[in-house]
Amino acid sequence: MGEVILNLVGLMITASLVNNVVLSQFLGLCPFLGVSKKTDTALGMGAACIFVITMASLVCSIIYKFILSPLDLSYLQTIVFILVIAMLVQFVEMILKKFVVSLYQALGVYLPLITTNCAVLGVALNNVTDGYSILESVVTGFATAVGFTISIVILAGLREKMEYNDIPAPFKGMPMVLLTSGLMAIAFTGFSALK
Amino acid sequence: MEAKKGALGFKQHTPAERFFNGLIVENPTLVLMIGMCPTLAVTSSAINGLGMGLATTFVLALSNAVISALRKVIPPTVRIPSFIVVIASFVTLVQLLMQAYVPALNAALGVYIPLIVVNCIIFGRAEAYASKNGIVPAFFDGIGMGIGFTCAITCIGLVREFIGGGTAFDVQILGEGTVVPGPVGAFLSGYTPISIFIQQAGAFFVLAFLIAIMNKIKMNMAKKGKDTSKFGQGCCSSAEEAAADKISAEKEARKEANE
Repeated sequence: MGEVILNLVGLMITASLVNNVVLSQFLGLCPFLGVSKKTDTALGMGAACIFVITMASLVCSIIYKFILSPLDLSYLQTIVFILVIAMLVQFVEMILKKFVVSLYQALGVYLPLITTNCAVLGVALNNVTDGYSILESVVTGFATAVGFTISIVILAGLREKMEYNDIPAPFKGMPMVLLTSGLMAIAFTGFSALK
Repeated sequence: MEAKKGALGFKQHTPAERFFNGLIVENPTLVLMIGMCPTLAVTSSAINGLGMGLATTFVLALSNAVISALRKVIPPTVRIPSFIVVIASFVTLVQLLMQAYVPALNAALGVYIPLIVVNCIIFGRAEAYASKNGIVPAFFDGIGMGIGFTCAITCIGLVREFIGGGTAFDVQILGEGTVVPGPVGAFLSGYTPISIFIQQAGAFFVLAFLIAIMNKIKMNMAKKGKDTSKFGQGCCSSAEEAAADKISAEKEARKEANE
């Protein structure tokens, strides 16, 4: 039992910090660059991502384990996963709207944006390639999304501070955000010692 | 631009016009700035960039042709899931072909091959061009856009590889073990590669400078009074930035209403 927990903690640290989804794998760059203007919207996006990525990891690994793998259909995983994720996001949105109104008000606006987040599909596919069990997939999905939240909130904080800085005209906007992310990526390589 | 003339003075919607439009006038990476995830992720070497570019070109051209052929059959309300299924089928095809014939490249590109499905260049072209035009122009639109993407990411890969490892297409040119003979080679072997360029951070830095250069060109063009409307700021990031602005505006309105 203790070994299992230790293994899961190791997975969490690797997925959230060492192999940070944005800064070392370049997945989910669009929301990372697009929704990082303010800390509170970044936090909302992060929370919505934690919710969706964890759910998607669970559903995709169940489908892979009990449907695709026994029927030898694993080559269909890309098509199946993308459709499942698109449906899941719609479904979650409808459920929240109907039953958990407070959560819907907090996360609802971010949900449609998440369908375009390649981190969701990326995590689901990586779980399969790495041969994780269902529990391990869920933990990895959760930790990856936490890693995403950590980096997007840090970037939003930095961008809020930089807003009134005097930046050369061609570097205004996206280039400056990319340079900041580059410096963050250097900082995050420090975590590779944790492996 | 005249009404009947397309890119570079070619007649509109002909194969040649579509090809050069994608390659130069509306280059997806350098001008429209879409599809940034693979641009950053796979450009640690020129070979990887080339492989990714060609795989994307294949998917783009064929999915454009199929979507264009089905444009009168697909009802507009379910067009997005239909496009996704067509694109995902071709991506699976590419994935299986690459596993069979170029396993080393497939291993190097890893999860980014199946992630071509969510590349916004492909979906963007399906929505903006293929679903409205004939099969032949749509096919060549895909080829042009794909080759434009391939050229751009191969160049970015080449720059990163050259500065970060001293190699070009895996041939050692700068630094120790250079293939250049004689005194020139002795001079070149003194170079110490700046390895940060082939690491993750280098991708962000190279892209930042690339966009800054494009911004400068755009500003110069605007100064001369030329049309700069075709320059994009990234598909997803601009759309999401707008959405994020809307979200914070809504929140503030709600806060005020509460008070």
